[in-house]
Amino acid sequence: MITRDKQLPDSHGYFEEFGGRFVPETLIPALDELTQAYNEAKNDPSFWTEFNSLSHDYSGRPTPLYFAQRLTEHCGGAQIFLKREDLAHTGAHKINNALGQGLLAKKMRKRRVIAETGAGQHGVAAATICAKLGLNCIVYMGEEDMRRQALNVFRMKLLGAEVCPVSSGSKTLKDAINEAIRDWVTNVSNTYYLLGSVVGPHPYPAMVRDFQLVIGKETKEQILAKRHRLPDYIVACVGGGSNAIGIFHPFVNDKKVKFIGVEAAGRGIKTCKHAASLVAGRLGVLHGTKSYVLQDDAGQIMETHSISAGLDYPGVGPEHSYYKAIGRATYVAVEDKDVLEAFQLLCQTEGIIPALESAHAVFYAAKLASTLDREQIIVVNLSGRGDKDMDIVVRALEVSP
Amino acid sequence: MSRITSAFNHGYKALIPYITVGYPSIEATLKVVPLLAQSGADIVELGIPFSDPLADGATIQRASFHALRNGATPKVCLEIAKELSQKTQIPLVFMTYFNPVFSYGLEEFCGACAGSGVSGLIIPDLPPEEGSELEIITQRQGLDLIYLLSPTSTEERIKLVANSSHGFIYLVSVTGVTGTRNKLSSELGAFVARVRKAATQPLCVGFGISTPEQAGQIARMASGVIVGSRIIQLMETEENFISPVRNFIIELRHALDETSRQEKE
Repeated sequence: MITRDKQLPDSHGYFEEFGGRFVPETLIPALDELTQAYNEAKNDPSFWTEFNSLSHDYSGRPTPLYFAQRLTEHCGGAQIFLKREDLAHTGAHKINNALGQGLLAKKMRKRRVIAETGAGQHGVAAATICAKLGLNCIVYMGEEDMRRQALNVFRMKLLGAEVCPVSSGSKTLKDAINEAIRDWVTNVSNTYYLLGSVVGPHPYPAMVRDFQLVIGKETKEQILAKRHRLPDYIVACVGGGSNAIGIFHPFVNDKKVKFIGVEAAGRGIKTCKHAASLVAGRLGVLHGTKSYVLQDDAGQIMETHSISAGLDYPGVGPEHSYYKAIGRATYVAVEDKDVLEAFQLLCQTEGIIPALESAHAVFYAAKLASTLDREQIIVVNLSGRGDKDMDIVVRALEVSP
Repeated sequence: MSRITSAFNHGYKALIPYITVGYPSIEATLKVVPLLAQSGADIVELGIPFSDPLADGATIQRASFHALRNGATPKVCLEIAKELSQKTQIPLVFMTYFNPVFSYGLEEFCGACAGSGVSGLIIPDLPPEEGSELEIITQRQGLDLIYLLSPTSTEERIKLVANSSHGFIYLVSVTGVTGTRNKLSSELGAFVARVRKAATQPLCVGFGISTPEQAGQIARMASGVIVGSRIIQLMETEENFISPVRNFIIELRHALDETSRQEKE
């Protein structure tokens, strides 16, 4: 069924007033080329055959939809299901997008691939796919993120990628994207920019979403098979917002399914040390797209904070801004201390170590479940696993390993 | 004819220096602009610093970072422009990114520019597809909205910019960010010629031009030369930038005039 929502973005990359292409002229022809190549791939069944076959054999899809019985009992309310993206190859949903864009880069005969990374999950996914497809991979990563995600830096190098430290600004994801864009402007003729989230200029928000839709499509089939009905709530963490869009979008016309996006409240919304763009930001333009942005009164982008590097970003995908504007999704924010609590709760009740990013969604879902009755169903997108976060958690909990 | 277009005369090559407002200090900006005007500049580009200058290389990134620390908000930049336009006759153009302008409010910002004696705007992350609203407002306020073209621009895009850029067209000399470079691109001549065929506006070339020799070469193809990062580098020490900046501008002026003289012969 073709619906109004599925036609967004429009041909200029707009989800109503959100989106667009605010980039230097040099990149516009490259974005046109990318849009054309993606549209061709999108309508090419052989592209999707390859994507689906590698998703299955290489990434390990479909990922399970798991009924978290002990977590459900602990909360004493709605049934909580976990969409196990943590079990996908490389340990997060990021592989879906990296695979799709890697195949596209190869199709476009661009052998030099650049990527940015925050937590390192997208960088690892990009490095993995480049190794698999025989492409050169350069990953830009903020120095602060390299420090707190040292394990992922090593993984990327092991996979043959070159990791470029970024020392400008807050030395985190935002600055890594700036640097990747500068690289792309400079080397545009032979370089593919493998952007990791549903942010950036058109066609990235739409293209990355399309590669992540597999999460929501599988979830729909799986919950129908298990419970013969759709969930009441879908809860997902939102940094740039790719895992959330991936699981939300296939349900967008199922109006009874409520979407909740969970942003990083860091040390608290009032402290300004957070990364909750949709909850506390206002409309602006960052990294080529018009969306909610954390900025000061003069329009300067603010430095953000979150215990999870993957959510530590002052912008958000334009489709989320659109969902907020039309009331399709609700966006909330969870503080670092609550994230640590949920992190431990999931470890202890289910034997699953979540990524700190995903633990934001777990906290909110657990709290929500306790207010609902046993007939209701919540699906949480467990977007990644937490092995990469051990150092941070050990330090935060002040326990000796 | 706008104040910007009147800076371009037949057979004369315009010199357009760029500085970041508030770098190395607000006082330095107030001092350097009259100096640029007296030494032979025709238009001055005033950079309003932005936290995430993704079209800029290391030099202007660093300058922007310090300028923001010095409090060079758009509001302060507008006040400085006003003070400068009372001190000197040289046309002033703001160069900044879209978010500070959007955040200020397009209408309010353009009104304030006109009130401060600013003649035009250059916004490197605003391609013409996204600029229609700002075009209407700048026209109403008597400001020139100057678009950019790059060596990657297609003929179709060159036409689009030729139809919508006011004052002049800013030609980015290389695919890349701002910053000094040792050599001009060998494809620059062909690029300028492609734009020349489609556009009637003056063409000014910027990005990577840092020596009088390069400026002289550019002047053979274009109506004006934009020089930024090299001036910022000369201003890094606040105490004694006056004579290096003055000498550099005089040398650039001389190189441009030499080219015009040769063309006349």
